[in-house]
Amino acid sequence: MVHITFIDSSGEKRPVEAEEGSTVMEAAIRNSIPEITAECGGACACATCHVYVDEAFVPLTGEASPQEEDMLDFAYAVQPNSRLACQIKIGPEVEGLIVTTPARQG
Amino acid sequence: MVDNIETDVVIVGAGPSALFTVFELGLLDIKVHLIDILPRAGGQCSELYPEKPIYDIPGHPTITGAGLIDNLLAQIEPFHPTFHFNQLVTELETLGTPEAPAFRVKTDAGATFTAKAVIVAAGGGSFQPKKPPIEGIELYEDKSVFYAVRKMEEFRDKNVIIVGGGDSALDWTLNLHPIAKRITLVHRRDDFRAAPHSVNAMRELVAAGKLDLRIGQIVGLSGDDGELSGAHFKAGKEDAVVIAAERLIPFFGLTMKLGPIADWGLNLNENLIPVDTAQFETNVPGIFAIGDINFYPGKLKLILCGFHEGSLAAQKVHRYVYPDKKLTFQYTTSSTNLQKKLGVQ
Repeated sequence: MVHITFIDSSGEKRPVEAEEGSTVMEAAIRNSIPEITAECGGACACATCHVYVDEAFVPLTGEASPQEEDMLDFAYAVQPNSRLACQIKIGPEVEGLIVTTPARQG
Repeated sequence: MVDNIETDVVIVGAGPSALFTVFELGLLDIKVHLIDILPRAGGQCSELYPEKPIYDIPGHPTITGAGLIDNLLAQIEPFHPTFHFNQLVTELETLGTPEAPAFRVKTDAGATFTAKAVIVAAGGGSFQPKKPPIEGIELYEDKSVFYAVRKMEEFRDKNVIIVGGGDSALDWTLNLHPIAKRITLVHRRDDFRAAPHSVNAMRELVAAGKLDLRIGQIVGLSGDDGELSGAHFKAGKEDAVVIAAERLIPFFGLTMKLGPIADWGLNLNENLIPVDTAQFETNVPGIFAIGDINFYPGKLKLILCGFHEGSLAAQKVHRYVYPDKKLTFQYTTSSTNLQKKLGVQ
C-alpha cells in the first residue's frame, strides 16, 4: 500500500492508503474524498478530477500526456503542477504523495 | 412558432439507451421523436469518448463510442425516428389521466409535442457550457459574454476576446475575424487541440498582425450594467493586465446539468429519478426514466443496463399507446411479423 494525502481547498488533510497499480482518482473515489468528481469514471475525458501535485512530487508523477493536457484546458485555475488524478498511476515511487484539490471541478 | 407535433412517444435524450429504446418501441409499432441538446445522436458516447474503446457491450469485445452509436443508428433505421437536435426540453406538462396519460413537451427552440408517453433518457442531464470561475461573470452573460455564437452580427466591429484551445475557439476566431474589430485569442498554453489546419490559419493571421494571441488566463472583468469594457489577463506569475474588449466568448467545454427536469413533478433522489424495476416508470404514470438518469436498488450506470431498461419500459408504453391491443411477446429470430417491420422479410 502507498500512502497518499489529499488536501482540500480549505486546507483539511485526508491521508489514505492506495493500492499499487491503481490511480490517484480511484484512491479518491474509494475514500470519498471531496472535491473530486470524476464524472467520466477515469477515461481522461472530462477534467473533473483535477489536482495540484505537491512540488516535491512533480518529478515523480511524470508529465501530463498530450491528451491529458487537452483535457486540462477544460479545468479551472490550471497551474504548472496541475494533473488529472485519473492519469497519475500509483507505484512505490510516489510513497507519501501529497495532492491538493481545487475548489471547483466543473 | 412551429405547429404541434403529435406522436406516440417523446424520448428526452438521444444517447445509446434512447436509441436502442427506439428499436424496442419500433417492434411494437410505436412512433418516436427524440429531442437532444447536442447537435448529434450519441450522448456521452459521441461527446465524451467517440474514439475510446468500450469493452463491456455484450457481443462486442471492443467497440468505440462512435462505432456503437453508428451501429445503433443503423439498427433503428427501419423505424425512421425523428431527431430534434440543438434543443433543450424545458417543459413537460401532464394532460391526461393516470389511466390514459398524455403529455405536452416544449423545447427552448419553440417546438411543442404531444405524446402518450415520455421516456426520460437524459444521462447525466443536459450538456451545457462550462462557465469559467470569473467573479461576477453572470452579470455580463447574454449581454456581452456569450458561451456560444448564435448571431455573428453581435460581434461586428467589436473587440472580442475568445478563450480556449479547441475547435470551437479556433473556428470562431477564424469566422469572426473578418467582421470583428479585433480578436484576441486567449489560451492557457501555446498548444492547441483544435484541428491543425485551423491552428495554422490562426498562426498565419497572428504572424500577419491581424489577430492577437495571448498565452495565459482571464481572471477578472470590468464594465458597467452588463456591458464589458475589458478583461483582466494574467500570464503565469505576472500581474494581471487589462485587455480592452466589448465581447468575451469562453469555450471551456461542456458539463452535465440536470436542468429543467427538476421542475417536471418527478420524484428525485440526488439528481436521479427513482423508477420501479419492472417497467422503469417514474412516480408519474406515463413518464419513464432509463439509462444513467434513473435510480433503483442495485442500479449500475452501464450502457447494457440502459438497453434492458428501455426494453422493459417499451412493454408498458405499449399499454398506453394501444390500450385495446393485447401484446404478444415475439422474437426477431422467428417472428415473420417483426422481420417485416425490420425490412428483412
